[in-house]
Amino acid sequence: MSDMLTAAFVTVFIATVISQAMPLMLAAVGETIGEQAGVLNLGIEGVMLIGAYTGFVVTLTTGDFWIGMLAGAVGGIVANLAMLVLNVWLGLNQIVIGLAVTLIGEGITSVLYLQNYTTSPTSLGAQPKLAIPGLGDIPVIGPSLFQQSGIFWVCIILILGLAFGLARTNWGLSTRSAGQKPSSLDAAGGNVMRTRSIAVLLSGALVGLGGAYLALLTTATFSPMLTNGLGFIAIVITMLSRGRILVVMITSLVYGLAVAIGPALQVIGFTVPADIIKMLPFIIVIVMLIVFARSSVVPPALGTPYTRGAR
Amino acid sequence: MTIPNETTTAQRFATGFVRSVVPVLLALIVAGLIMLAMGSSPLDFFAGVWKYGITGTNWQRSLSLMAPLVIVAVGLIVAFRGQLWNLGYNGQYLLGAVVASGLGPILYGVMPAFLATIVVFIVAVLVGAVWSLIPAILKARYGTNEIITSLVMSFIAVGVVNLLIKGVFKDPGTSTPQTAVISDDDLLPYIPGTEIHIGFIIAIVLAVVAQYVLSRTSFGLRVDIFGASPKAARHVGLNSTWMVILLFALSSGLIALAGSVDILGQFAYQRADWDPRYGDAVMPLVFLARFRPVAAIPFVAFYAVLATGGTLAAQQAGLNVDFLLVIVGLILLFMTVTEYIGERRRLGQSYLPPGLRRTVLQPFRKATERTSA
Repeated sequence: MSDMLTAAFVTVFIATVISQAMPLMLAAVGETIGEQAGVLNLGIEGVMLIGAYTGFVVTLTTGDFWIGMLAGAVGGIVANLAMLVLNVWLGLNQIVIGLAVTLIGEGITSVLYLQNYTTSPTSLGAQPKLAIPGLGDIPVIGPSLFQQSGIFWVCIILILGLAFGLARTNWGLSTRSAGQKPSSLDAAGGNVMRTRSIAVLLSGALVGLGGAYLALLTTATFSPMLTNGLGFIAIVITMLSRGRILVVMITSLVYGLAVAIGPALQVIGFTVPADIIKMLPFIIVIVMLIVFARSSVVPPALGTPYTRGAR
Repeated sequence: MTIPNETTTAQRFATGFVRSVVPVLLALIVAGLIMLAMGSSPLDFFAGVWKYGITGTNWQRSLSLMAPLVIVAVGLIVAFRGQLWNLGYNGQYLLGAVVASGLGPILYGVMPAFLATIVVFIVAVLVGAVWSLIPAILKARYGTNEIITSLVMSFIAVGVVNLLIKGVFKDPGTSTPQTAVISDDDLLPYIPGTEIHIGFIIAIVLAVVAQYVLSRTSFGLRVDIFGASPKAARHVGLNSTWMVILLFALSSGLIALAGSVDILGQFAYQRADWDPRYGDAVMPLVFLARFRPVAAIPFVAFYAVLATGGTLAAQQAGLNVDFLLVIVGLILLFMTVTEYIGERRRLGQSYLPPGLRRTVLQPFRKATERTSA
């Protein structure tokens, strides 16, 4: 068995962990920004699918992965408009709207895909790798970590930038106060509704990016219900991370590990039923929820529409 | 000046009726427009729904589909009344189904069919109830969001059910992963003169009983108090921990029962990866019915026709069955909007909330007006 743990095997393993973790990381960071501003978006499963589908279609027609990713972000923003208007602006029931967005996202992407793409082969192919000079030549971690597509690096920089922004800038402070105590943001001269609107649109862009990453880089294709519960895992990770984006990154990597272990075991020689491989991330999530139940804290004003002067 | 709060029962009923029917109509219209945009004919689709859902003996198929749907609706209402959002229905349903399709063939061999059916139903309810314990306890002890925990448990249940069907419950006689087929004699009998199994009657009875218990007994009142405010419930001496666990167990058990009724009444066996996702469709309907079990029956009947006819009609219109999900999602969206507009109208308030007026309209006002805002 030890001779199976070759450099090539470890390289593939690390690459799988990263490619599985990235869509979740982007979606969970998006959800974190929304939740920190006080908007619980239960529709991100649908938003991810819409981002994935638009990214897939645009990449297929233009042949450019970068434009595809951008289209995924735009798709996510458009899908989140429902959340913006109905929940943030009109203050309607967030649970009902979130589920509506999930159902519509699942339904419409599945119908459109089956109507347009079932007859022709639809793999997008591999992305050109961007080797970082020097680091890319290190054995094992070189090819797995430092020879990723350029999109990977842009996403990582985006996430780190948001982590900094949320924790250390004025924008981050207003966003967090819109979720912690909207009345104090209002008293300080901020505009709760505008802050939340920006957060929801930004969140939609990131969740859409997550979906597009899943379709373009992780699976290189689209299929109905591609996300298979990933959006809900993103919500769990957001709850457990308490708004700290670095924690979101780490927990997403743990999820990637859980997904990558199944195929890796098969390479080593254990045969694990596909159903167990599919269940494993959810089992890990529920165990994390049980163990860390006490520490899953959400912003106090989460999900409550803000009305000036209302108690 | 009239006092807006004093309304007659007839007026309340009329308002409820309008607020329930308008969203459905709007959703169907928008769904039709989407179909047009996708190049399918909505008229063909709805004609197909009528043809395959109602005409001939098709109405009996629709009523048979109602059996599991109504029981799922009752299960959801029990939890939703207490403001507990049990969204793990897909997994709970499949667990109940696999109890029937897995244990059924074994039990029917060793005991009379009537007794075996009862045992299957009881085991299904228990399995469903036990499966809901983790979300319920986490919610009761730590306030962990039950939407997430029940959903995650649902995904795990789907995996467990597939493992069971491919493993211990697999029919050795076939190569495809499915359970043994239960013989026609052991299935739930038909209502005389029709091809509707008695699961339909079980479902209607359950809905009526649930309606009575929730609206006319002290237990129902306690559920409503708990739903309105868990803090107030604790104040009047209700044990909220037990309330959460009990409501979750009832809800989940009923949904599992729906799965076993569906197998014993309709399908007679279960294939791996089969997931009808009835709960997704039923959930908006129970909102439309305002969490009243009996009021849910006509909405479920409407959806049963839509689903029975829609499956074939969608194929004819060149659409996938998943289009039904879009219709359901649209019903949910329009329901919240109708509710909002209705409530604003009743209170005589502006249709725009004050904060939105400031944000959206301010840039368009003159500077002098702005200071007064």
